Amino acid sequence: MAPLLDVSDVTLRYKTSSAVITATERVSFTVDRSDRFVLLGPSGCGKSTLLKAVGGYLQPSEGKMRIDGREIVEPGADRMMIFQEFDQLLPWKTVLENVMFPLLTARRLPRKEAEAKARAYIEKVGLTRVVDGYPHTLSGGMKQRVAIARGMAMEPDILLMDEPFAALDAMTRRTCQDELLLLWSETKFTVLFVTHSIAEAIKIGNRILLLSPHPGRVKAEVADVDRVSSEDGSAARLEKQIHDLLFADAATAH
Amino acid sequence: MREATILLREGNAVAAPAASEVERKLSVWELLWNDGFVRKGLIIVLLAAAWEAYGLLLDNPLLFPTFHDTVITMFEKVRDGTIPMRAWASLKVLFMGYSASIALAAILTILAISTRIGTDFLETITAMFNPLPAIALLPLALIWFGLGNGSLVFVLIHSVLWPVALNTHSGFKSVSNTLRMVGRNYGLRGLPYVARILIPAAFSSILTGLKIGWAFAWRTLIAAELVFGVSSGQGGLGWYIFENRNLLDIPAVFAGLLTVIIIGLIVENLIFRTIERNTVQKWGTQT
Repeated sequence: MAPLLDVSDVTLRYKTSSAVITATERVSFTVDRSDRFVLLGPSGCGKSTLLKAVGGYLQPSEGKMRIDGREIVEPGADRMMIFQEFDQLLPWKTVLENVMFPLLTARRLPRKEAEAKARAYIEKVGLTRVVDGYPHTLSGGMKQRVAIARGMAMEPDILLMDEPFAALDAMTRRTCQDELLLLWSETKFTVLFVTHSIAEAIKIGNRILLLSPHPGRVKAEVADVDRVSSEDGSAARLEKQIHDLLFADAATAH
Repeated sequence: MREATILLREGNAVAAPAASEVERKLSVWELLWNDGFVRKGLIIVLLAAAWEAYGLLLDNPLLFPTFHDTVITMFEKVRDGTIPMRAWASLKVLFMGYSASIALAAILTILAISTRIGTDFLETITAMFNPLPAIALLPLALIWFGLGNGSLVFVLIHSVLWPVALNTHSGFKSVSNTLRMVGRNYGLRGLPYVARILIPAAFSSILTGLKIGWAFAWRTLIAAELVFGVSSGQGGLGWYIFENRNLLDIPAVFAGLLTVIIIGLIVENLIFRTIERNTVQKWGTQT
């Protein structure tokens, strides 16, 4: 079966006012349906840039990216983004309207159908009691859950998550991670997840792509991550292995 | 293996004394004092009292009529329809100028956010014209458009367009990158993108621009009417003030001024405040 997302030899460059920066160099990977694919690496490895490129916000200077066989040329609702920032919800819309908005504008569902779908997904993330509240009345964790409900309600080909839990406090982060896994076990959506936390990558992902910084290159790919468990210590061992792998160069370079 | 001990304290919650005060109702006076309208109303009452006292002390209705003289004159003029008619004449012109400026500002700012040269154009032209008082253009307007509403609308547009365009533009520029990306993620582009993402996201700044524009417009209009007086047979409030000064009917002049103030207060505190309450305050985006 052809992979859902095919990124081959992608080099991403962006201009600052004084220079052209190479964010990633000849990065290749494929994501299959129902994968929880994690891009992991230290800051400066271009993982967020890579995710934005898959989102269609910037064009690769070399290489190709295809989603379900179609080349990625612009942002679209087949790849729903979930950002780290809490201001990703539209402040002038209630929780329900926020989840309905893309269903109405991008998928052009009839209002009734959109509302039913939105309510169902809001219930899935456990926010039914704030369904008519405005985003500024919600906590950070609730906002991120609304964003996840909004992304999932669109039933996109792939969910692109850019460190969605990084700005949350430690306790909320753990609850949100557990909830995401629970949601995944219900609907088996495909997700491309960016993080700089090794522990989060092991917890969330079934496959992890390790990137090295300046410029971002693929260092390794870890498969079958979901076989390790935190009970028998195998997760901790994998965390140590990944850590050693990522920071091996850094140790010799200094 | 050693383990920490956990002491449960559930029992305490039930046994807690009911005496400790969790919530206390505020007294009527505290509630009233917390209401901005009540506090401001009190200030207005005090100012009116000071006016009345000074008027009585001076005892010269030609220079400074008392508060009650002014109010009586105002009631008479409102009842015989003079003031409402004059106010309506002013407001009609104002409305024409105001809506034309908003349409122009919309075109300018949309051009400014879609092209870089549009941005430069808007920034240059607002920098040039914003400091120029609208009244300074009146002599020119009289030559171009003659004695009539055309000239008034022209100076009104000049006084409203620049602050509205400037604030809208800076509002658009400060829309967060995340929101922009969210909008494009939904496949929105062009005018739908402006209407459904940029305008609501920048609404706080736009509203500020509209408020400043309104204040400028109202002042400019009254001043312009004073300067060039009556247009087609029936003048506005500014002309009414000018007329009554010539007749030395000073209480009527004061009544006219009071009407200008009252209309200003109503628009500011009723119309704009209501819009604010139902939009930026509800959304938590007030800056």
